[in-house]
Amino acid sequence: MINKIVESVEAAVAGIHDGATVMIGGFGSAGQPAALIDALIAQGAKDLTIVNNNAGNGESGLAALLKARRVRKIICSFPRQTDSQVFDALYRAGEIELELVPQGNLAERIRAAGAGIGAFFTPTAYGTDLAKGKETRQIEGRWYVLEYPIHGDFALVKAARADRWGNLVYRKTARNFGPIMAAAAKCTAVQAEEVVELGELDPEAIVTPGIYVKRVVRVTREIRADSVKAA
Amino acid sequence: MDRLNRDQMAARVARDIADGAVVNLGIGLPTLVANHLPKDREILLHSENGVLGMGPAPAPGLEDHELINAGKQPVTLLRGGSFFHHADSFGMMRGGHLDICVLGAFQVSVRGDLANWHTGGPDAIPAVGGAMDLAIGAKQVFVMMEHHTKNGESKIVERCTYPLTGMECVNRIYTDLAVLDVTPAGLLVREMVAGLPFDELARLTGVPLLREPQRAYA
Repeated sequence: MINKIVESVEAAVAGIHDGATVMIGGFGSAGQPAALIDALIAQGAKDLTIVNNNAGNGESGLAALLKARRVRKIICSFPRQTDSQVFDALYRAGEIELELVPQGNLAERIRAAGAGIGAFFTPTAYGTDLAKGKETRQIEGRWYVLEYPIHGDFALVKAARADRWGNLVYRKTARNFGPIMAAAAKCTAVQAEEVVELGELDPEAIVTPGIYVKRVVRVTREIRADSVKAA
Repeated sequence: MDRLNRDQMAARVARDIADGAVVNLGIGLPTLVANHLPKDREILLHSENGVLGMGPAPAPGLEDHELINAGKQPVTLLRGGSFFHHADSFGMMRGGHLDICVLGAFQVSVRGDLANWHTGGPDAIPAVGGAMDLAIGAKQVFVMMEHHTKNGESKIVERCTYPLTGMECVNRIYTDLAVLDVTPAGLLVREMVAGLPFDELARLTGVPLLREPQRAYA
């Protein structure tokens, strides 16, 4: 029997090793798997490379992981925000490495990893500082930049509903990077607000097929850190 | 001469967005355009975090923190709207499926180079978001900005001194003084605010401008 349901957030993040590349879903706090991040902080893995759109907001979630000094490098598109004080301080002190990637290149590099693409040419960032030193090519009159995939050792993703095969559906704009990160990591752990029986998710509407998911833990909406904060 | 205020600029941009257009409004000044879209036109707003058919801000108390725009503010979804993941969202841009994006800018060059993501200052923490993807992706790139910096320097320049967002990507510039098209021959002034002579606009801009038979900027 296939059963990807685990009983605790601790079990969901087990095995994340020092130096791992961990993809974390979310766009700001929407879709951020706060309970799994808290479990990762408690688990203690360090020297992590984190892939996320941002670099933490406020003091909780990803910002708390940064504050705990577990992150060696962050790959993201938009670190600087009004409430990114934790990242800002580490960056100014030279205590965290930043790989800044245009958001669409970030998404496509993650997608490429999950889809087995070795590299791809994209027009984004051609002629800018973010393409410096990268291979370029003119294709049918337009210039492109060669970009490589970003593979994850682990992905932490938040979903609205999941079943024991790991099929997922998301909620509104909390979907964002979840589906592509789930496919790009060797081990994807999901915190789902609801776990349902096989067959309850409409097969025509499943967004992430279970093949991409290793672990699912139920984290109800009421106890999510970000929803408590938002209320 | 009367400079346009921010809402007047937004209304002017909105007038050029046709019925049926799919549009991405950048963070900051361009967001105001949403408030001025003509009511008799059906215009689809795209948000890079995975929304097509974005609606206005919800009433107080009805915010959903899992339904936000690229600026991370709560929004709503129109009937018929859809959600999708980030790679699809940026595929829509890169693939040329968006009709228009409206972006703010630090500088635009006479060739249509855009600088809007980073001042390049030694102390500045860089953040790019989706700006570079939007700049090269939409069929038409509109820039909406004040004509001058707070120090009175023209933001329309021969060559951008700030780091580039995209090369030769801007089609049209809307400022508080004028509407200009980027053409192979140079910057063509389409409209100017009332009471502003062409020669004065050229002096205030500091780069060569082309003129066509004038229309009032209203």
